[in-house]
Amino acid sequence: MSSDSKETAKTPMVYICGECHSENEIRPRDPIRCRECGYRIMYKKRTKRLIVFDAR
Amino acid sequence: MDQVNDENPRIILGEHKITRNLPTTETILDQTFNIKSFKKSLRIVIVRYTDTPLEMEFDIIGMHPFLANTFRRLMLSDVPSMAVEKVHVYNNTSIIQDEVLCHRLGLIPLRADPRMFDYRSNDSEGTEQDTLEFELKIKCTWNKDENKDSSRVDDMYKNNNVYSKHIKWLPIGNQSETYKPADVGPIDDDILIAKMRPGHELDLKLIAVKGIGRDHAKFSPVATAFYRLLPDIKLTREVEGEAAERLKKCFSPGVIGLRHKEGRTVAVVENSRYDSSSRNIFRHDDLKDAVIMTKIQDHFIFSIESVGAMPPDIIFTEAVKILRNKCVSLLEELEQV
Repeated sequence: MSSDSKETAKTPMVYICGECHSENEIRPRDPIRCRECGYRIMYKKRTKRLIVFDAR
Repeated sequence: MDQVNDENPRIILGEHKITRNLPTTETILDQTFNIKSFKKSLRIVIVRYTDTPLEMEFDIIGMHPFLANTFRRLMLSDVPSMAVEKVHVYNNTSIIQDEVLCHRLGLIPLRADPRMFDYRSNDSEGTEQDTLEFELKIKCTWNKDENKDSSRVDDMYKNNNVYSKHIKWLPIGNQSETYKPADVGPIDDDILIAKMRPGHELDLKLIAVKGIGRDHAKFSPVATAFYRLLPDIKLTREVEGEAAERLKKCFSPGVIGLRHKEGRTVAVVENSRYDSSSRNIFRHDDLKDAVIMTKIQDHFIFSIESVGAMPPDIIFTEAVKILRNKCVSLLEELEQV
Protein backbone atom coordinates (compact mmCIF):
# COMPACT_ATOMS: atom_id res chain seq x y z
CA MET A 1 0.00 0.00 0.00
CA SER A 2 2.74 2.42 1.00
CA SER A 3 4.88 1.55 -2.02
CA ASP A 4 1.82 2.02 -4.19
CA SER A 5 1.14 5.51 -2.88
CA LYS A 6 4.81 6.39 -3.31
CA GLU A 7 4.67 5.31 -6.91
CA THR A 8 1.65 7.48 -7.62
CA ALA A 9 3.47 10.37 -5.96
CA LYS A 10 6.39 9.97 -8.34
CA THR A 11 4.51 9.42 -11.60
CA PRO A 12 2.44 12.39 -12.65
CA MET A 13 -1.27 11.87 -13.32
CA VAL A 14 -2.75 12.95 -16.61
CA TYR A 15 -5.88 15.10 -16.46
CA ILE A 16 -8.05 16.58 -19.17
CA CYS A 17 -8.86 20.27 -19.20
CA GLY A 18 -12.55 21.07 -18.91
CA GLU A 19 -12.19 23.99 -21.32
CA CYS A 20 -9.78 23.03 -24.11
CA HIS A 21 -9.71 19.22 -23.66
CA SER A 22 -5.91 19.15 -23.76
CA GLU A 23 -4.06 16.62 -21.62
CA ASN A 24 -2.13 17.95 -18.62
CA GLU A 25 0.35 16.19 -16.38
CA ILE A 26 -0.20 17.31 -12.81
CA ARG A 27 1.92 16.21 -9.83
CA PRO A 28 0.68 16.30 -6.23
CA ARG A 29 0.79 19.86 -4.80
CA ASP A 30 1.06 21.33 -8.30
CA PRO A 31 -1.37 24.16 -8.96
CA ILE A 32 -4.50 22.81 -10.60
CA ARG A 33 -4.38 24.86 -13.76
CA CYS A 34 -4.34 24.04 -17.47
CA ARG A 35 -1.02 24.75 -19.14
CA GLU A 36 -2.73 25.64 -22.40
CA CYS A 37 -5.57 27.91 -21.38
CA GLY A 38 -5.33 28.49 -17.62
CA TYR A 39 -8.69 26.86 -16.89
CA ARG A 40 -8.97 25.46 -13.37
CA ILE A 41 -11.41 22.59 -13.79
CA MET A 42 -9.73 19.27 -14.66
CA TYR A 43 -11.17 15.85 -15.33
CA LYS A 44 -9.63 12.47 -14.66
CA LYS A 45 -9.06 10.14 -17.58
CA ARG A 46 -11.10 6.98 -17.97
CA THR A 47 -9.66 3.84 -16.41
CA LYS A 48 -7.63 1.62 -18.75
CA ARG A 49 -9.04 -1.43 -17.00
CA LEU A 50 -11.59 -3.68 -18.69
CA ILE A 51 -15.18 -3.36 -17.50
CA VAL A 52 -17.76 -6.05 -18.30
CA PHE A 53 -21.44 -5.15 -18.63
CA ASP A 54 -24.58 -7.21 -19.08
CA ALA A 55 -26.31 -6.17 -22.30
CA ARG A 56 -29.74 -5.92 -20.59
CA MET B 1 -81.10 -15.58 -35.58
CA ASP B 2 -81.36 -18.43 -38.04
CA GLN B 3 -78.48 -17.04 -40.08
CA VAL B 4 -76.21 -17.26 -37.07
CA ASN B 5 -77.05 -20.81 -36.06
CA ASP B 6 -75.01 -22.70 -38.67
CA GLU B 7 -72.37 -25.38 -38.16
CA ASN B 8 -69.71 -22.90 -36.91
CA PRO B 9 -69.26 -22.02 -33.25
CA ARG B 10 -69.64 -18.26 -33.10
CA ILE B 11 -69.59 -15.43 -30.63
CA ILE B 12 -72.07 -12.70 -31.44
CA LEU B 13 -70.99 -9.12 -30.79
CA GLY B 14 -73.95 -7.27 -29.36
CA GLU B 15 -74.12 -3.61 -28.43
CA HIS B 16 -73.20 -4.11 -24.80
CA LYS B 17 -72.62 -7.83 -24.51
CA ILE B 18 -71.20 -10.92 -26.15
CA THR B 19 -73.39 -13.99 -26.68
CA ARG B 20 -72.80 -17.40 -28.21
CA ASN B 21 -74.79 -19.14 -30.88
CA LEU B 22 -76.06 -22.70 -30.85
CA PRO B 23 -74.19 -24.51 -33.62
CA THR B 24 -76.25 -27.03 -35.56
CA THR B 25 -73.61 -29.73 -35.22
CA GLU B 26 -71.11 -30.62 -32.50
CA THR B 27 -67.95 -28.57 -32.92
CA ILE B 28 -64.38 -29.03 -31.73
CA LEU B 29 -65.11 -26.65 -28.85
CA ASP B 30 -67.72 -29.01 -27.40
CA GLN B 31 -65.20 -31.81 -26.96
CA THR B 32 -62.26 -32.21 -24.66
CA PHE B 33 -59.06 -32.52 -26.66
CA ASN B 34 -58.51 -35.84 -28.36
CA ILE B 35 -56.01 -36.42 -31.11
CA LYS B 36 -58.35 -38.31 -33.46
CA SER B 37 -60.93 -35.60 -33.90
CA PHE B 38 -58.20 -32.96 -33.81
CA LYS B 39 -56.47 -34.59 -36.78
CA LYS B 40 -59.78 -34.75 -38.61
CA SER B 41 -60.87 -31.17 -38.02
CA LEU B 42 -57.53 -29.32 -38.31
CA ARG B 43 -56.95 -27.24 -41.40
CA ILE B 44 -54.10 -24.77 -42.06
CA VAL B 45 -54.26 -22.18 -44.85
CA ILE B 46 -51.31 -19.88 -45.59
CA VAL B 47 -52.75 -16.55 -46.62
CA ARG B 48 -49.79 -14.23 -47.00
CA TYR B 49 -46.00 -14.63 -46.95
CA THR B 50 -43.73 -11.66 -47.57
CA ASP B 51 -39.94 -11.39 -47.52
CA THR B 52 -39.58 -7.74 -46.58
CA PRO B 53 -40.65 -7.55 -43.84
CA LEU B 54 -40.35 -11.24 -43.10
CA GLU B 55 -43.99 -11.79 -42.30
CA MET B 56 -46.57 -14.54 -42.58
CA GLU B 57 -50.33 -14.66 -42.12
CA PHE B 58 -52.06 -18.00 -41.94
CA ASP B 59 -55.31 -19.51 -40.72
CA ILE B 60 -55.63 -22.42 -38.38
CA ILE B 61 -59.16 -23.78 -38.55
CA GLY B 62 -60.71 -26.32 -36.22
CA MET B 63 -58.39 -25.99 -33.24
CA HIS B 64 -59.02 -25.47 -29.53
CA PRO B 65 -58.30 -21.92 -28.34
CA PHE B 66 -55.88 -23.18 -25.68
CA LEU B 67 -53.61 -24.55 -28.41
CA ALA B 68 -53.66 -21.30 -30.36
CA ASN B 69 -52.61 -19.43 -27.25
CA THR B 70 -49.95 -22.04 -26.46
CA PHE B 71 -48.34 -21.60 -29.86
CA ARG B 72 -48.46 -17.83 -29.59
CA ARG B 73 -46.81 -17.87 -26.18
CA LEU B 74 -44.19 -20.40 -27.25
CA MET B 75 -43.20 -18.27 -30.23
CA LEU B 76 -42.87 -15.16 -28.09
CA SER B 77 -41.00 -16.56 -25.13
CA ASP B 78 -39.66 -20.07 -25.78
CA VAL B 79 -38.31 -20.19 -29.33
CA PRO B 80 -34.62 -19.24 -28.99
CA SER B 81 -32.52 -16.71 -30.84
CA MET B 82 -29.03 -15.25 -30.55
CA ALA B 83 -28.32 -11.86 -28.97
CA VAL B 84 -25.45 -9.96 -27.40
CA GLU B 85 -25.34 -10.83 -23.71
CA LYS B 86 -22.01 -9.56 -22.36
CA VAL B 87 -20.01 -6.52 -23.45
CA HIS B 88 -16.37 -6.01 -22.56
CA VAL B 89 -15.72 -2.29 -22.52
CA TYR B 90 -12.06 -1.53 -23.10
CA ASN B 91 -12.67 2.09 -23.93
CA ASN B 92 -15.67 4.34 -24.32
CA THR B 93 -15.06 8.07 -24.43
CA SER B 94 -18.28 8.87 -26.23
CA ILE B 95 -21.20 10.77 -24.72
CA ILE B 96 -23.36 7.67 -24.29
CA GLN B 97 -22.82 5.91 -20.95
CA ASP B 98 -21.38 2.39 -20.80
CA GLU B 99 -24.57 0.83 -19.38
CA VAL B 100 -26.84 2.48 -21.93
CA LEU B 101 -24.52 1.62 -24.80
CA CYS B 102 -24.35 -2.03 -23.74
CA HIS B 103 -28.12 -2.23 -23.39
CA ARG B 104 -28.48 -0.87 -26.94
CA LEU B 105 -25.99 -3.41 -28.28
CA GLY B 106 -27.98 -6.22 -26.67
CA LEU B 107 -31.09 -5.23 -28.60
CA ILE B 108 -29.46 -5.45 -32.05
CA PRO B 109 -30.96 -8.48 -33.85
CA LEU B 110 -28.38 -10.96 -35.13
CA ARG B 111 -28.72 -13.09 -38.23
CA ALA B 112 -27.11 -16.17 -36.63
CA ASP B 113 -29.35 -19.24 -36.82
CA PRO B 114 -30.04 -20.35 -33.20
CA ARG B 115 -30.57 -23.94 -34.36
CA MET B 116 -26.84 -24.16 -35.09
CA PHE B 117 -25.87 -23.26 -31.53
CA ASP B 118 -26.14 -24.70 -28.03
CA TYR B 119 -27.18 -22.94 -24.84
CA ARG B 120 -24.17 -21.72 -22.92
CA SER B 121 -24.07 -22.81 -19.30
CA ASN B 122 -23.39 -20.15 -16.67
CA ASP B 123 -19.94 -21.30 -15.63
CA SER B 124 -18.51 -22.18 -19.07
CA GLU B 125 -15.93 -20.10 -20.86
CA GLY B 126 -17.70 -20.10 -24.21
CA THR B 127 -16.87 -22.32 -27.15
CA GLU B 128 -17.44 -22.23 -30.89
CA GLN B 129 -20.65 -24.22 -30.26
CA ASP B 130 -22.37 -21.70 -28.03
CA THR B 131 -20.78 -18.27 -28.44
CA LEU B 132 -20.29 -15.61 -31.08
CA GLU B 133 -17.79 -12.82 -30.60
CA PHE B 134 -17.87 -9.42 -32.22
CA GLU B 135 -15.70 -6.38 -32.03
CA LEU B 136 -16.66 -2.72 -32.24
CA LYS B 137 -13.56 -0.55 -32.59
CA ILE B 138 -14.13 2.91 -33.95
CA LYS B 139 -12.67 6.36 -33.51
CA CYS B 140 -14.12 9.67 -34.61
CA THR B 141 -11.74 12.13 -36.27
CA TRP B 142 -11.81 15.46 -38.07
CA ASN B 143 -12.33 15.10 -41.80
CA LYS B 144 -9.50 17.11 -43.36
CA ASP B 145 -9.81 15.79 -46.91
CA GLU B 146 -12.69 17.57 -48.57
CA ASN B 147 -15.30 20.26 -48.25
CA LYS B 148 -13.25 22.43 -45.92
CA ASP B 149 -15.96 25.09 -45.75
CA SER B 150 -18.86 22.74 -45.17
CA SER B 151 -20.54 22.87 -41.79
CA ARG B 152 -22.47 19.63 -42.27
CA VAL B 153 -21.51 17.18 -39.53
CA ASP B 154 -21.05 14.38 -42.06
CA ASP B 155 -18.47 16.49 -43.96
CA MET B 156 -16.70 17.82 -40.88
CA TYR B 157 -16.10 14.50 -39.09
CA LYS B 158 -15.23 10.93 -39.92
CA ASN B 159 -17.10 8.14 -38.13
CA ASN B 160 -19.37 10.57 -36.32
CA ASN B 161 -22.20 8.02 -36.51
CA VAL B 162 -21.60 4.48 -35.30
CA TYR B 163 -23.85 1.99 -37.08
CA SER B 164 -24.39 -1.72 -36.64
CA LYS B 165 -22.38 -2.28 -39.85
CA HIS B 166 -19.25 -1.27 -37.92
CA ILE B 167 -19.57 -4.39 -35.76
CA LYS B 168 -16.93 -6.89 -36.88
CA TRP B 169 -17.26 -10.61 -36.33
CA LEU B 170 -14.38 -12.45 -34.64
CA PRO B 171 -14.64 -16.18 -35.45
CA ILE B 172 -13.85 -18.59 -32.60
CA GLY B 173 -12.18 -21.93 -33.41
CA ASN B 174 -13.31 -23.19 -36.80
CA GLN B 175 -16.38 -20.95 -36.98
CA SER B 176 -14.88 -19.19 -40.00
CA GLU B 177 -15.20 -22.43 -41.96
CA THR B 178 -18.85 -22.96 -41.01
CA TYR B 179 -20.18 -19.41 -41.31
CA LYS B 180 -19.73 -16.33 -43.42
CA PRO B 181 -19.72 -12.91 -41.72
CA ALA B 182 -23.10 -12.13 -43.32
CA ASP B 183 -24.62 -15.28 -41.72
CA VAL B 184 -23.98 -14.25 -38.14
CA GLY B 185 -23.71 -10.45 -37.96
CA PRO B 186 -26.43 -7.86 -37.42
CA ILE B 187 -29.48 -8.28 -39.66
CA ASP B 188 -29.71 -4.57 -40.39
CA ASP B 189 -26.53 -2.62 -41.07
CA ASP B 190 -28.03 0.84 -40.49
CA ILE B 191 -28.95 0.71 -36.81
CA LEU B 192 -27.54 3.83 -35.16
CA ILE B 193 -25.63 2.80 -32.04
CA ALA B 194 -23.95 6.03 -30.96
CA LYS B 195 -23.07 9.52 -32.14
CA MET B 196 -19.51 10.76 -31.68
CA ARG B 197 -17.32 13.83 -32.09
CA PRO B 198 -13.55 14.04 -32.81
CA GLY B 199 -11.53 12.40 -30.02
CA HIS B 200 -14.34 10.06 -29.02
CA GLU B 201 -13.54 6.40 -29.24
CA LEU B 202 -15.23 3.04 -28.79
CA ASP B 203 -13.37 -0.20 -28.17
CA LEU B 204 -15.74 -3.02 -27.26
CA LYS B 205 -15.94 -6.77 -27.44
CA LEU B 206 -19.45 -8.19 -27.76
CA ILE B 207 -20.30 -11.73 -26.69
CA ALA B 208 -23.49 -13.17 -28.13
CA VAL B 209 -25.20 -16.29 -26.80
CA LYS B 210 -28.39 -18.25 -27.41
CA GLY B 211 -31.34 -17.48 -25.17
CA ILE B 212 -35.12 -17.40 -24.95
CA GLY B 213 -37.63 -14.56 -24.79
CA ARG B 214 -38.75 -15.58 -21.30
CA ASP B 215 -35.32 -14.50 -20.05
CA HIS B 216 -35.13 -11.22 -21.99
CA ALA B 217 -37.14 -9.75 -24.87
CA LYS B 218 -33.97 -9.39 -26.98
CA PHE B 219 -33.94 -13.18 -27.39
CA SER B 220 -37.46 -13.29 -28.85
CA PRO B 221 -37.33 -14.38 -32.53
CA VAL B 222 -40.51 -12.48 -33.43
CA ALA B 223 -41.20 -8.77 -33.56
CA THR B 224 -44.79 -9.75 -32.90
CA ALA B 225 -46.83 -12.94 -33.09
CA PHE B 226 -50.55 -12.79 -32.49
CA TYR B 227 -53.83 -14.40 -33.48
CA ARG B 228 -57.40 -13.20 -33.78
CA LEU B 229 -60.69 -14.85 -34.53
CA LEU B 230 -62.14 -14.63 -38.03
CA PRO B 231 -64.82 -11.92 -38.06
CA ASP B 232 -67.99 -12.63 -39.99
CA ILE B 233 -70.50 -9.93 -40.80
CA LYS B 234 -73.97 -10.54 -42.17
CA LEU B 235 -76.61 -8.11 -43.33
CA THR B 236 -80.11 -9.11 -42.30
CA ARG B 237 -81.93 -6.70 -44.59
CA GLU B 238 -81.23 -4.52 -47.57
CA VAL B 239 -79.63 -1.15 -46.78
CA GLU B 240 -79.71 1.43 -49.53
CA GLY B 241 -78.88 5.03 -50.41
CA GLU B 242 -77.43 7.34 -47.80
CA ALA B 243 -77.83 4.65 -45.12
CA ALA B 244 -75.62 2.32 -47.17
CA GLU B 245 -72.86 4.95 -47.19
CA ARG B 246 -73.10 5.28 -43.41
CA LEU B 247 -73.04 1.50 -43.02
CA LYS B 248 -69.87 1.31 -45.10
CA LYS B 249 -68.14 3.92 -42.92
CA CYS B 250 -68.88 1.93 -39.77
CA PHE B 251 -66.52 -0.86 -40.82
CA SER B 252 -62.89 -1.12 -41.90
CA PRO B 253 -62.13 -0.23 -45.55
CA GLY B 254 -63.05 -3.02 -47.95
CA VAL B 255 -65.46 -4.77 -45.62
CA ILE B 256 -68.68 -3.28 -47.00
CA GLY B 257 -69.07 -2.57 -50.72
CA LEU B 258 -71.74 -0.62 -52.56
CA ARG B 259 -73.59 -2.19 -55.51
CA HIS B 260 -75.70 -0.28 -58.00
CA LYS B 261 -78.81 -2.07 -59.13
CA GLU B 262 -81.93 -0.67 -60.74
CA GLY B 263 -80.83 2.88 -59.96
CA ARG B 264 -80.37 2.20 -56.24
CA THR B 265 -77.18 1.87 -54.20
CA VAL B 266 -77.24 -1.23 -52.03
CA ALA B 267 -74.70 -2.23 -49.35
CA VAL B 268 -73.20 -5.72 -49.52
CA VAL B 269 -70.55 -7.49 -47.42
CA GLU B 270 -67.43 -7.81 -49.57
CA ASN B 271 -64.78 -9.20 -47.23
CA SER B 272 -65.24 -9.28 -43.49
CA ARG B 273 -61.83 -10.88 -42.81
CA TYR B 274 -59.97 -7.63 -42.20
CA ASP B 275 -62.67 -5.94 -40.13
CA SER B 276 -61.37 -4.38 -36.95
CA SER B 277 -64.59 -5.49 -35.16
CA SER B 278 -65.34 -2.02 -33.89
CA ARG B 279 -68.96 -1.60 -32.92
CA ASN B 280 -69.48 1.75 -34.59
CA ILE B 281 -72.64 0.40 -36.20
CA PHE B 282 -74.41 0.53 -32.84
CA ARG B 283 -74.17 4.31 -32.85
CA HIS B 284 -76.78 4.34 -35.62
CA ASP B 285 -80.18 3.38 -34.22
CA ASP B 286 -81.66 2.82 -37.68
CA LEU B 287 -78.83 0.50 -38.80
CA LYS B 288 -78.01 -1.66 -35.81
CA ASP B 289 -80.74 -4.17 -36.54
CA ALA B 290 -79.44 -4.62 -40.11
CA VAL B 291 -76.16 -6.23 -39.13
CA ILE B 292 -75.11 -9.34 -37.21
CA MET B 293 -71.44 -9.22 -36.25
CA THR B 294 -69.96 -12.53 -35.24
CA LYS B 295 -66.57 -14.17 -34.81
CA ILE B 296 -65.86 -17.81 -35.55
CA GLN B 297 -64.39 -19.35 -32.46
CA ASP B 298 -62.30 -22.14 -33.96
CA HIS B 299 -60.88 -20.11 -36.85
CA PHE B 300 -57.63 -18.43 -35.82
CA ILE B 301 -55.85 -15.90 -38.02
CA PHE B 302 -52.20 -16.03 -37.00
CA SER B 303 -49.80 -13.28 -37.92
CA ILE B 304 -46.08 -13.83 -37.34
CA GLU B 305 -43.57 -11.08 -37.99
CA SER B 306 -40.02 -12.41 -37.77
CA VAL B 307 -37.13 -10.30 -36.59
CA GLY B 308 -35.08 -11.84 -39.41
CA ALA B 309 -32.94 -14.67 -38.06
CA MET B 310 -35.48 -17.38 -38.89
CA PRO B 311 -38.39 -17.26 -41.37
CA PRO B 312 -41.84 -17.17 -39.71
CA ASP B 313 -42.84 -20.68 -40.83
CA ILE B 314 -39.72 -22.10 -39.19
CA ILE B 315 -40.46 -20.16 -36.00
CA PHE B 316 -43.91 -21.74 -35.88
CA THR B 317 -42.61 -25.28 -36.48
CA GLU B 318 -39.95 -24.69 -33.82
CA ALA B 319 -42.74 -23.71 -31.41
CA VAL B 320 -44.56 -26.95 -32.23
CA LYS B 321 -41.36 -28.93 -31.60
CA ILE B 322 -40.87 -27.20 -28.25
CA LEU B 323 -44.44 -28.08 -27.23
CA ARG B 324 -43.81 -31.72 -28.21
CA ASN B 325 -40.58 -31.83 -26.17
CA LYS B 326 -42.33 -30.29 -23.18
CA CYS B 327 -45.07 -32.93 -23.41
CA VAL B 328 -42.49 -35.71 -23.67
CA SER B 329 -40.61 -34.49 -20.61
CA LEU B 330 -43.89 -34.13 -18.67
CA LEU B 331 -44.80 -37.73 -19.49
CA GLU B 332 -41.36 -38.87 -18.39
CA GLU B 333 -41.77 -37.01 -15.10
CA LEU B 334 -45.18 -38.60 -14.55
CA GLU B 335 -43.82 -42.08 -15.16
CA GLN B 336 -41.30 -41.60 -12.38
CA VAL B 337 -43.96 -40.69 -9.81
